[in-house]
Amino acid sequence: MKTDELIAMLAQGAGPVARGIAARRVVIALALAFPPTLLLMQALYGVRATLLQDAVLWMFWAKLAFVVAVAGAGWAAVLRLGRPGAALERLRLALVAPVLAMWLLAVVELVRAAQGGRAALVLGQTWLECPFRIAILSVPAFVALLWAMRDFAPTRLRLAGATAGLCAGGVGALAYTFHCPELAAAFLGVWYVLGMLIPAVVGAWLGPRVLRW
Amino acid sequence: MQRINQGGGSSTDEERLRSLLALGLAGDEAAYHAFLTGLGERLRAFLRRRLTRAPEEVEDLLQEILLAVHNQRHSYERSQPLTAWLHAIAKYKLIDCLRRRSRRELLQDSLDDVPELLASADREASEARRDLAKLLQTLPPRQRLPIECVKLQGLSVAEAAQHLRMSESAVKVGVHRGLKALAAKIRDTA
Repeated sequence: MKTDELIAMLAQGAGPVARGIAARRVVIALALAFPPTLLLMQALYGVRATLLQDAVLWMFWAKLAFVVAVAGAGWAAVLRLGRPGAALERLRLALVAPVLAMWLLAVVELVRAAQGGRAALVLGQTWLECPFRIAILSVPAFVALLWAMRDFAPTRLRLAGATAGLCAGGVGALAYTFHCPELAAAFLGVWYVLGMLIPAVVGAWLGPRVLRW
Repeated sequence: MQRINQGGGSSTDEERLRSLLALGLAGDEAAYHAFLTGLGERLRAFLRRRLTRAPEEVEDLLQEILLAVHNQRHSYERSQPLTAWLHAIAKYKLIDCLRRRSRRELLQDSLDDVPELLASADREASEARRDLAKLLQTLPPRQRLPIECVKLQGLSVAEAAQHLRMSESAVKVGVHRGLKALAAKIRDTA
C-alpha cells in the first residue's frame, strides 16, 4: 500500500472525535475500582471501631487530605502523561508537595515529642504490616488504571506506569484509612509513603511492558 | 538568520495543519485528508534527514507514524501546541523502530529539535517495503470486513452495517480496533 493510499484510507469515514474520551475513561476506571477496594478492605482488615471518634481530630482529616492529594496528583499526572508532548513542570510539584507537607508536620511533631516517645511516633503499632496492606488495597485501582491507559498514548512508559501506580497507591491508602488507627505524621510520612511507592515501583516496571502502542 | 526563517515558516505551517486537524476532529474528512497529506510530506522530510543511512526505512516508518497519529488522534488536546504532540509521537515511534531493529547507529542527528519537525516538506514518496494491504488481510474478519467496507470501499457506517449484518456500533468498534491491531502487528512483526 502506498502512503497516499494509506492516507486516503485513514481519512475515509474518519468521523468526528469526541473530546475528553480518555479522561472520562480514567474517571470511570477509578469509580469502578473504589467499591471493590472498600470491600477488600472490609474483608481483609475491617473498618475500625473508633473511626467516628477519630473524626473530631484534625490529624484524621490531615491524613485523609494527604492520601487524597497523592491520588489526585497521580491522577492528573496519568492524564498528562497519556497525552504525547504535554508539559509536566507543575505536576512534579503537585506530586511531591503532599509528601513534603507530611514530612514537615512530622518534624514539628518529633521536635515537640518527649525524648523517649519519638520511636513510638514513627513506628506506631502497625508499621510492619501497613505498607503491604496499602499495596494490596491498591490492586483494583491499579488494574483499572492500566486498563484505562491502554486508550492513551503515553510516550514515557516507565513514568506513566509509575504515576498510575502512585495514583492507585493513593486510592489504596484512602481505603486503608478506614481501618488504620495510626494518626502520627511521622508514621504516615514513612509507612504510608512507602506503601504508596510499592505500586509506583511495580508500575515503573510494568509500564514499558503493558503500555506500548 | 536561517534559523529564524525556518522557525517562521514552520509556525505558519503549524497553524495551517492545526486548523486542518481541528476541522478533521470535528468531522470534516476533506480537511483531515489534507492534514494527513501535509503531515506526511513534512514527516517524510524529517525522517529522511534522520535516517540518511537507511533511506529504505523511511516510507515504512512514515506509514507507521501516520497510523499512530490517526489511532491516537483523540489524545490531542486542542489547546496544545501541535508540533509538540506530533514530535512526541514521531520520536516515540522512531525510537521504537530503532530499538526494535537494534540499529541505533542509523541515527545521524539529535531527536530533540522540536521546531524542525514541520520545517520542510518532501513529496517524493519512496516504495514502502512492508505492504499494509497484505497485513490488513491477516486481521480477524470482524475487524477486517468493517475496514474494507468503510475505509476502502467508502461505504457509510450504516451501509456497512447492513451489508455485513452487524450493528453500527460493531462496525465502528471493528474499524477502531482493527486499525489499532494493525499498528500492533507492524510493531511486532518488524
